[in-house]
Amino acid sequence: MDLIWEGLRKALELLLTLDPEVLRITLLSLEVSGAATLISLVIGLGVAIPVALNEFPGKRLVIALLNTGMGLPPVVVGLFVTVLLWRNGPLGFLEILYTPTAMILAQAVIASPIIAGISLSALQHLPPGLRLQILALGASRPQMVWLLLKEARLPLLAAVMAGFGGVISEVGASIMVGGNIKGQTRVLTTATVMETSKGNFEVAFALSLLLLVLAFTVNAVLTHLQQRNRPR
Amino acid sequence: MRTPRLPGWTWLLSASLACAGLQAGPPVAKTVILATTTSTQDSGLLDELIPRFEKQTGYVVKTIAVGSGQALAMGRKGEADVLLVHSPDAEKALMAEGSGVNRRIVMHNDFVLLGPAADPAKVRGKAAPAALQALAAGHAVFISRGDNSGTHAQEKKLWAAAGLKPEGQAWYQQTGLGMGQTLAVAAEKRAYTLSDRGTYLALRKKLGLEILSEGDAALLNVYHVIEVNPARHPKVNTPGARAFADFMVSKDVQTTIKDFGISLYGSPLFFPDAGRPE
Repeated sequence: MDLIWEGLRKALELLLTLDPEVLRITLLSLEVSGAATLISLVIGLGVAIPVALNEFPGKRLVIALLNTGMGLPPVVVGLFVTVLLWRNGPLGFLEILYTPTAMILAQAVIASPIIAGISLSALQHLPPGLRLQILALGASRPQMVWLLLKEARLPLLAAVMAGFGGVISEVGASIMVGGNIKGQTRVLTTATVMETSKGNFEVAFALSLLLLVLAFTVNAVLTHLQQRNRPR
Repeated sequence: MRTPRLPGWTWLLSASLACAGLQAGPPVAKTVILATTTSTQDSGLLDELIPRFEKQTGYVVKTIAVGSGQALAMGRKGEADVLLVHSPDAEKALMAEGSGVNRRIVMHNDFVLLGPAADPAKVRGKAAPAALQALAAGHAVFISRGDNSGTHAQEKKLWAAAGLKPEGQAWYQQTGLGMGQTLAVAAEKRAYTLSDRGTYLALRKKLGLEILSEGDAALLNVYHVIEVNPARHPKVNTPGARAFADFMVSKDVQTTIKDFGISLYGSPLFFPDAGRPE
């Protein structure tokens, strides 16, 4: 119990004094996971829209693969991306291992299937007649897609939140491809792991609270937008 | 039909992308990848030394703190430029196969055998081999790192010297974690474990584990700096690696090592050794 109070006190202290190191770690978490979510949104919709709107052989297999991808373990992604990005690995020439770019890449690999999978089921869930109706009103294909996305915006925002939640909270991939380097690639989750292993449980606890606050704030903003535009 | 309007949340995502664009990494030729052990990071020593090195030389150090086993493997693959490790036998093997050059002694501390104050296996004051034999005889729970780190290598050596094979026994448990977390596990389970003195001193207050055996010659814990062989791995940043290795054995840094931790923990965590024979 002491630890929890001490952690709360420490978290408040770190927040109120705007500890520059903590601020940097928090901002980097937001930037890396925000960018990864955005990239994943583009990739996820890019996959979900054609799969949802077309019939083709092997469609069920593709959907099954996407749904499996939603459960990709971050450490597995971390290991694969690390091996690819090693200096002497196939993508070593990019020289991005142990940088935020590498972390964004790994997190995008984790979040893309999540966003694709949820978006896909959102689009498939729309009333089947809707497409025909839109097309019958003379809409072009891009207009039709746009209207379908608008119609499905509630579950689509849920997809974004799930993707963001998946990557802001993961540690396995970030610590592997980022290296938890102070001032460069240290984010809230990797710093929490490190402080725990140092035995600084109060600091670790404070960082965890910050992570929760950050996740809550982002989701509160998204939820607000989601519910504001709710069809009535 | 209403013209499509951008939904309100796109600005948020655009903003996050803009942020991401601003965080371009440091110039690559100036980075040095240091693969080192968790003990140097967890003790706080590197937090003190790395910024100084970066300021003096302009290099940006990427410190990857892992077990010595993994650090040596990174060196062997040419994925690191310079190593700061404490696993002498594995280091010698690395040197023998030509993966490293210019191995130099930096500092030492020692390993200590820790356990609960009640000491149910009665190992207090015994020399390392006898203490381990007492642990095995009493089936006292022993928490091993189990991660091929320098500490784990040392521990395996001690068991072998005591003529014991604890692996597979119910009382011998492996965490596969770093030193700090392993100490926490041992403390929770009121078990015995082997730790480097530095990490133990840094965490002592929170643990409730006591030093039960120490001071043996077999418990010496020596740190070396090794530059990765550029002949073997052309992508290695040789000048950067050399600069860091020279920095670690410089007089200035050795003085810092000598004094490091005294104010916080009451005794030094490491003892400088540069220039001394092995």
